[in-house]
This record gives sequence, structure tokens and C-alpha cells, in this order.
Amino acid sequence: MSSTAKSFQETLAARHRKGWWFEWLCLGSTLFGIAVLVVLLSGIVWQAFGWLDWQFLSSYDSRFPEKAGILAALWGSVWLILLTALISIPIGVGAALYLEEYAKANWLTRIIQVNLSNLAGVPSIVYGILGLTAFVRMFGLIRVPPAIVVISLGFTTVEIPLPGLPFDRTVMSGALTLSLLILPVVIVASQEALRAIPSSLRDASYALGATEWQTIRHQVLPAALPGILTGVILALSRAIGETAPLVMIGALTYLAFTPGGIEGPGDILADPQSLVRAPFDSFTALPLQIFNWVSRPEPAYQHVAAAGILVLLVLLLTMNATAIFIRHRFRSRTRW
Amino acid sequence: MLTTFSELVEQKQPETATNRETSAKPPATKIETKDLSFFYGANQALFDVTMAIPEKSVTAFIGPSGCGKSTFLRTINRMNDIIDGAHLTGQVLIAKEDIYAANVDVVELRKRVGMVFQKSTPFPKSIFDNIAYGPKIAGMRKKSMLAEIVERSLKRAALWDEVKDRLQDSALALSGGQQQRLCIARALATDPEILLMDEPASALDPVSTARIEDLVFELKQEYTIVIVTHNMQQAARISDRSAFFLQGRLIEVGPTKQIFTNPNEKQTEDYITGRFG
Repeated sequence: MSSTAKSFQETLAARHRKGWWFEWLCLGSTLFGIAVLVVLLSGIVWQAFGWLDWQFLSSYDSRFPEKAGILAALWGSVWLILLTALISIPIGVGAALYLEEYAKANWLTRIIQVNLSNLAGVPSIVYGILGLTAFVRMFGLIRVPPAIVVISLGFTTVEIPLPGLPFDRTVMSGALTLSLLILPVVIVASQEALRAIPSSLRDASYALGATEWQTIRHQVLPAALPGILTGVILALSRAIGETAPLVMIGALTYLAFTPGGIEGPGDILADPQSLVRAPFDSFTALPLQIFNWVSRPEPAYQHVAAAGILVLLVLLLTMNATAIFIRHRFRSRTRW
Repeated sequence: MLTTFSELVEQKQPETATNRETSAKPPATKIETKDLSFFYGANQALFDVTMAIPEKSVTAFIGPSGCGKSTFLRTINRMNDIIDGAHLTGQVLIAKEDIYAANVDVVELRKRVGMVFQKSTPFPKSIFDNIAYGPKIAGMRKKSMLAEIVERSLKRAALWDEVKDRLQDSALALSGGQQQRLCIARALATDPEILLMDEPASALDPVSTARIEDLVFELKQEYTIVIVTHNMQQAARISDRSAFFLQGRLIEVGPTKQIFTNPNEKQTEDYITGRFG
């Protein structure tokens, strides 16, 4: 009895010491990440200081550093992310709904589930190769020239330009490729959100005589929406920073026009059809443009690149902030 | 213990209820099962249950946890259909119609057979929208009609006076007892013939429980009520008939008074006197 009491006292101090060391170790890990981030950010802000101005935001790229701007890349990225969202959200959420709400648990759904997790880990360059073959070239099998469909509305006629196939090196090819890239993430995130909805909510709806569709439409989807949107926006944030697949499908690095020639809301009002043309225009994107600037020999371009990085960061942080806002907004309203 | 129950039954059963048992015309059978067996995959949860439940009465299912009483309850509105790999054999008849026949639409059946769950499950919507949900999904669009149904259902569930001034507030802001009465009102809004209740008061305080019990007593004038309960006193207080389940088998069913004071089966007596379970 006394011997156990003695050894207890002997080891007690050592146990407390271990706890103390471990806490400091964890604090050190936390600070390491933050310190590196602070150094990087301050370095970029320092370099970009004086370069990030209205002229930079409203000009195209140039061979003179002080005239170079980000307009084409910024609009390219905006179009890219818009189209990627439009493509990946319906497909991703639809697939998640099917897997979670409709599909029975059998070997097929298990295979799909395992492969979804695997696909989320495939390197992005592989998606680039896939995009190049499937969308840019369409396996060399399809060739349809562009056409214009004329719809007569009586008082006016609307001309809708149809794109040619294959898509070539257009925004559409880029958006389809990025959609493939983030689809596994969107599907898995949406599945998680749907799984978090208590089954009692579904039961209550079914017990009142609701069909499967009514239960999904009125109960499950609204309740899962914040989770789904958060996952989707985080996936899109990943897509906006992707460079490798865009290099692979051959997005341009020097462009003196924006997709559809749209440089602001005024251009859309003046020529609404530019909205239809834009997805099938050539494009460049922020990470590509930045990479291009960094690799130029003139030291002044390092400052231009830093300004570009800041623009990309602001875009990313805005999207993440939106995700957080949506999450909080809906969380406070629905709880059980 | 036994005397306490019999006293309880004597006190609570009003004259009308006992009169009906002995009256010349016995109440018609509303729900009937014939050799009902239920399987979760390879696990058999119910064994050849044959039972008749009279209309406009309260029937209580009692028995220890896992005895199959909830499973049996959920076969009556086919809620078990949702479970992967579950199937049943035998028949469930409501008003002499086989509800598992091929031509029966589950959605239509569940409108006729309302259900209240153990855990109150208000939708994260307003009080009004919670009650109006059933009629709305059934295709009712007229605002005035919906408002009328909401008021009538809330009144029947004895909740109207407490919430009439805040129908647009979130249903999640209500207390636990109010939420459960909201769920009863919501089930009544689709105008069902049968009300299934799966331990509706087990998560509530004694005052709320008493209100739910009073409500059940009121509602049996118009509805056939089947209630699963773990609470012996509750079964004795509110039910006309009781059914005792054990390990997936129906051991005994009969008038509550008889089950509690003079059961035919030894197992029933052992359970009710607290020897096990």
C-alpha cells in the first residue's frame, strides 16, 4: 500500500511535466502555421504596395510592367467559376440526393461511394488531361461548325449563336474540366449535409402522407442547404486557384480581351448576346496570369505578380466569407 | 401493486366507457391483423400476430423494450416500408381492406392513418406551416381553408389558446409538451381515421403528460387510437383495451381492466406486477 503511494508521488510530477510540454508543443504547431502565413502575406502586400491600383484592375496585360493589368484574367476567372458552379451544383447535389435519399444500399452504391472518395484524391493534372481529350478535342470524333438559331417573337427576332464542337480552348472547356475536378468534393460534402438531417424529420413528413419528392423538396433540402452551400463554396474556392488543369487544356496567358467582350455591367446591357458568346470565348485565369508574370525576367513583374496574388486572395477570402455567412445565417434559424 | 392498478382503473374509467363494453352492439372492428410476421432482414421481429382493434377506442400496446410493439404499430401505416431489407407476411386490414395489397397507395394510406412519434418532431417552420403541411402537400391551396384547418386542428389538440397570437413564430420555440401537442394537431390536420402514437409522452414532464392523456381521452370520441407506452399507469388510465407483447409475440389482448386485474396469462401477470421488464 505504502509502496504504491510512494510511486504515485514520484510519477505525479513527471506526468504534470509531460502535460505541460505537450500543451506547448501543440501551441508551437499552431503558431508555426500562422507565422508562415503572416510572413507570406506581409511579403506579398509589401511587394504589391503601389502596384495594386485602378489602372492595374482595369487594364490588359502588357509588355511594360507599369501598364500591365489583370482585367482579362479577372473576368476569365469570374466566368470560369460562374460556369463551374452552374454545372457542378445541379449534378453534384443531384447525385448526392440520389445516393442518400433514393439508392438502396447494395454493392453498386458501395462501389460508387468508394470511387467518389478515390476521385477526390486524383491529382488535378489528370483531370486536365481528361478535359483536353474530352472537351477541348472531343476525342477528335465530333466536328460541328458554329451556327446561329433565329427565333421570331413577332415584334422582334432573337438570334442565339450556337457554339461549334468541340469546345476548343474556351471558358466552357475549362469550366467542364474544373467541374469534373470538384464534383467528388461537392457530392461528398452534400452527402454529409444530407446525412446530418435527422431521420425523424423524414419520418414525420412521410407519416403525414408526403411523397418522397415532397419530403425532399420541403424538408430535407431546405434543412441541408447551409451544409451543401458551404461545401460547394469551399470546393469552388479550390477550383478558382487551380492552375495545372488549365495549363493542360491550353488556356492562354496573354489576352487583350475579356470573354464575350464584357468589361462591366454596361457592356451586358448594351449587348445582351455577349452573355451567350462569353462561355465560348478564349480565356485566361488569375493563377495562370500570375504564373506568367512570375516567370518573366524583369524584376518589376514580381510586383505585378504580387498585386495579382492579392486580387486572387481577395476573391478567395470573399468566397470563404460568403460560406461562413451562409452557415451562420441558417444555423441560427434551424436547430433541433 | 396490483390493487393500485385496479383502483386506478376503477377511478379513471368513466361510466360511458364501461357501458359501451357491455352495450348490446359491440363496436365495429377498425384494424385487424392476421398472422402478421415481420422481418428486419433475417431477424424476425413479430411472430404471427392476430389482433382486432375496435373503432373509436384507445388500445394500448405494452411490453418490455424490443418486444415488437413499436414495429407492430408501424406496420399499420406502413412506416416500416422505408427500412431497407424489411418485409412481412400475413395481413393488415383497415376497414376490411388489406393495406399491403398491390393497389394501395402508401401516400393515401398515411393520410388516413396519422402518427405521433416518441420524440416531438416539429418542422423548422412556423406553427401555422407545421399544421398546414399535411393539407398543403395533399394539394390544398386555398388560404382561407388552410387557416380554418389550422385553427380547428389546434383547438382539437388543446393548443389553440396558447399559440393563437403567434402562429407565425417558429414551432421550435415551443416547449416540449407544446411541441408534442403541435405534432398531434399536425397529424389531425390531414383528417385521419386512425391515430397511432408511439410513446407520445415518454419524454415529457408529468404536467404535459397529463395534458396529452386528457387529449387522448377526448380524441377517442372521433378517432381510433393505438398507443404504445412503457408506462403501466398510463396504459391503465387511458386505454379501453390493452395488448401485451413479449419477444415479438402477442401474449394477450383484452379489456384493460381485465388485463390489469385478472390476466389470463402468467407472463402478463408477471410483467404487470413488476416481476420483470
